[in-house]
This record gives sequence, C-alpha cells and structure tokens, in this order.
Amino acid sequence: MAGLPPDIWQPVRLTVELAAMTTLILLIVGTPIAWWLARSKAWWKEGVAAVVALPLVLPPTVLGFYLLVLLGPDGPGGALAGLWGGRTLAFTFEGLVIGSVVYSMPFVVQPIRNAFDAIGDRPLEVAATLRASPLKAFWTVAVPLARPGFLSGAVLGFAHTVGEFGIVLMIGGNIPGTTKVLSVAIYDYVETSQWREANILAAGMAAFAFVVILTMMMLEKRTARIKG
Amino acid sequence: MRDLANSINAQFRGQLGRFRLDAAFTVPATGITGLFGPSGCGKSTVLRCIAGLQQLPGSRFSIAGDTWQDESLFRKAHQRPIGYVFQEASLFQHLSVKGNLLYGAPRQPAGQSASQSIGFDEVLELLGLVPLLDRSPRHLSGGERQRVAIGRALLSQPKLLLMDEPLSALDRLTKDDILPFLERLHERLSLPVIYVSHDITEIERLADHLVLMRAGAVIASGPLTKLQSDPTLPLAASRDAAVNFDAIVQRYDSDYGLVTLQLEGAELLVPAPPVAAGERRRVRIAAGDVSLARQQPQQSTILNALPTRIVSATPLNASEMVVVLALGSGGDGARLLARVTRRSWDQLQLATGQQVIAQVKGVALAPGRGQTVRSVSRLPPA
Repeated sequence: MAGLPPDIWQPVRLTVELAAMTTLILLIVGTPIAWWLARSKAWWKEGVAAVVALPLVLPPTVLGFYLLVLLGPDGPGGALAGLWGGRTLAFTFEGLVIGSVVYSMPFVVQPIRNAFDAIGDRPLEVAATLRASPLKAFWTVAVPLARPGFLSGAVLGFAHTVGEFGIVLMIGGNIPGTTKVLSVAIYDYVETSQWREANILAAGMAAFAFVVILTMMMLEKRTARIKG
Repeated sequence: MRDLANSINAQFRGQLGRFRLDAAFTVPATGITGLFGPSGCGKSTVLRCIAGLQQLPGSRFSIAGDTWQDESLFRKAHQRPIGYVFQEASLFQHLSVKGNLLYGAPRQPAGQSASQSIGFDEVLELLGLVPLLDRSPRHLSGGERQRVAIGRALLSQPKLLLMDEPLSALDRLTKDDILPFLERLHERLSLPVIYVSHDITEIERLADHLVLMRAGAVIASGPLTKLQSDPTLPLAASRDAAVNFDAIVQRYDSDYGLVTLQLEGAELLVPAPPVAAGERRRVRIAAGDVSLARQQPQQSTILNALPTRIVSATPLNASEMVVVLALGSGGDGARLLARVTRRSWDQLQLATGQQVIAQVKGVALAPGRGQTVRSVSRLPPA
C-alpha cells in the first residue's frame, strides 16, 4: 500500500470504534425497550414502537438537524457537555455516538422484539411454575431463546452505524480523528479527486456489507432449523 | 373434609371476557383429584388460577392450612410450591433433557437430600428417563417429552401437582404408555394432584376424588365412586357409565388364574396374572356389563353374581334405565350401576328397595405395581 496517505486508516478505526460503542449501548438500552414492547399490554405501546422506528423513514438530514439542535450549546446536549466543562456535544465523538444510537435503534430493537414475541407466554409461565422469579426467567429462558434475535440485532445495528452519512455530516462535521468516519472520508476523497483512496475504502465497505448480509442469511437459516 | 388442615379449599370467582367463572370446592389434600367437565367449562382456568398464572379478584385458595390467596393476599406463580404439567410438554428448547429436569430443582449440597424430597434418581426410574438425559427436547417423541415435563415438575419439589390434560395431545398408544407411569406416581408419592381432563377413562384410572364442572361452575364434588353412582349427575347417565373401586387382593387361585378381590359388601373373582394378597388394585365395572336377576342363577358361566339392593332407578331414554345398586345382602355396601331395558324392568317387576342379584359380565382390572402393560381382563359373555 505504498503511496497511500498515512491517515487513510484513521477513519476506519474511528468508524469501528463508533459502531462498536453504538452497538454495545443499543444492546443495553434496546433490550429492555424490546422486552417491554413484546410483553406490555399498554394500548399506547405501538406509539412508542412507532417513535423507535421513526429513523427508518425520516430523511437522515431531518433527524440530523433536530439532533444538532438538541446536542448544540442551547439544547440539553450543551447542558450535558457543561458537566465536564464543554460547550456542546455537536461536532464531538460523544455527540456522534448519541446520534448513531438514535439512528440505529430500530435495527437493533426490532429483531430482538420479534424474537421475544416469538417465544410467547408459555416458556415464561413454565419458568414461573418452576419457582423462577421474573428476573431469573428473563435471563435463563427469554434471553437464551431470543439469541438469534440478539445476534441479528447486533449485526444490523453495527452495519447501519458503519454506513451512516447524512446524520454524521449534520452533527459531526468532518473533523479528522474525531468525527471523520468512513462514509464521510469517501465523500471527502471524491471531492478532492483522490479516486484511488476513495476506491479502496468503498471496496472495503462493499466487502463488509457482503459479509454482513451473508452472516444474516446464515443466522436466519440456523434459526429456522432450530424452530423447525 | 371440612378439616382445613388437611384439605384443599378453592373459590374462584370472576369475569373473563364473556365467560363467567364461579367455582368453589373443597377436596382432601391427598391423592388425585380429577377436575372433569366438557371442553370450555373452565377447568383449565381453575387450574391456572390455582397456579397463580391468572388472577381473579375476590378469589381464595388454601391448601393444608396454608393460604395462597385471599382478599388481601396474592402469591405470584413463582412463589407457590406447585408443579405444573401443561397439555403440550413445553420443554425449554435451549436446554438438554437433564437441563430441563433440573431447572426448577432447589440447590442442595450433594449427598444431602431431605427425606421429604423427591430424589433425582427416583424420578428418573419412575418415569423411565435415564436413556433420554443427554438428548435435546427437539429429538424426543411426544410421549417422551411429556414424561420429561412431568419429571421436571416433580423435581421442583412441589407440595401440589397440577396437571392440565397432560395426555390429551398424545395418541391412544402413547397415552396407554404413560398412564402406568402416572399410576405408579400415585402409588409411590404422597403428593396431592389436581388432574384436569375431559376424558373419563383417564379420570377413572387415576382419580380418588372428583370435581365435576359445567359452564364455569362446580356441579358436584366428592369421592369418585360416589359421584359415578349418583343418578342425578351426568356420569351415571352417560353411554359409558361405570363405577371404580379400590379393591384389596384376598387370594390368588393359580389353578384357574383367578384373583379374589374384596370390596365393600362383596367379593369379586377376576382373571388376572398372579398377584400377592393384600395388594390394592383398581377395578372398573361398566353399567352395561351388569345385568339383574331375581334369583341366584343355578347354572351359569358368570363368575360374579352378587346380592344387592336396588337403591334407585332412573330412565335414560325411551328404552333403557340406569339402576343404582348397593352391594351386600344387607344392601349397604359400595354402589354399583346397571343399565337395563325398561321392558326387563317391568317384566321382572323390579322396584326400589328390592333385593336382586347383580350379574357382572366383565371386570376391568388396572395393572398393578411393576406392570407396565395394560391388562384389562374380561370374562367371556355368558
């Protein structure tokens, strides 16, 4: 790889960090939401489900605009940043993580919720009649049975975070080492006519996407076999 | 039965959608209580209420003096010492058979098992589970799955076992395979069981007590034989009406292969494989297998011609009637049912209170300890 600019790998590392962090947070935050959506009998839960799913249909620029307002100096994000002496969360790595969590939420919550839905009431009732507290039943029955849902949720969440562009541009800008992720870097290389560099990153992304889709399909096949 | 310390007291009232449940009964906290009624009469709902899986306000439940719910108390399902066997085995697919069996088993130091508790090895032996231990539930037959589910419930060390039509999803042959396991459970463990079924043959083989339900309400409850021989209840009027007795083996005649069984007010001769004296065996006498005679028949192939007294006679339809008989020459023994035609009744000029001879054509004997094959013996018709 002689002749490549030394900083071509920086966006790759940053993107992987961002996606890993986002996926981890989403598994922690998304699981209780998915559980509640699957188990609750509240009439307004589909409203919550719709809000979670909103990023699927909103143009990323719209989402990015409102996130920018929220994360900016006059929004709650600015107040939050004030806790450690910052002025704003916009154009920071932390802000990017928050934005990615919101944007990738449906891709993690939906598969986990579907998996919880598919389990049904019965295994949990059985666990209760075997003296398992609701917490024990959740960890020893619901989570293991929903494992394929967790796997596809994690893969999809990671992949979508890697691929996001509009929101990053709106709230992160293009600061090398802080917010300049892969998709922005490709755009940047094209803008400055560095086609070779753009091609290397783009081809890498394409290969990555292929691996992701292949993994998903194999997971689904395995799940189908387990259920059948 | 009013003795609270040794009884199960249930009272479940409430509206479930368009269905109204108003079921109350008191049964002894020992043996198997059958909860019987047509599909949709609410018996499974009652069982779910007992388990705490369903909550109806204003309901009460207590067992052996221990209250599980009343106006101010509701113990959740996982706080009740129950075992629950569902209609479908509902095994945990992500665990092996062994993992399933041990899921609800309380942790106790190795080698130290309380004398009260149901041991792992005992359950394996009782239900024939040893060859299945390392298998996945996905690779078990329906009957094997249900046996694992029963073992899993037992190993959670319940004080009350609830069974919701555990055999109804199985085919006839598998059912006959599992029934002896349940009979052995009944014999070996002193665990009270509430057994829901709409199949009277299961109830007849297993239950000691019976709670009859219809349209969300309890219409009768009491000892099995008493309810079977009550002409005002639907059991005695049904096509396959029968009574069951728990008889004691008196002696065995190895020349002819006949066992003598002692019932309240009579002795029965039944062909059977060798059995030891003193054993308790359940017999079933169908109403259609009993005919009546004014006098002791002089020459007949019928083995059992028992003196009885006619307690009551109720018309079944235009041609037949069901007659309740009390065994014994004094006419105060166990009750027996006979189905006779109205024509015979009139020709013999039979009447309530009369002494008659009941000729029993067939007696079904449930298999005993160690026998897993069904051996229903029937005498050739006279």
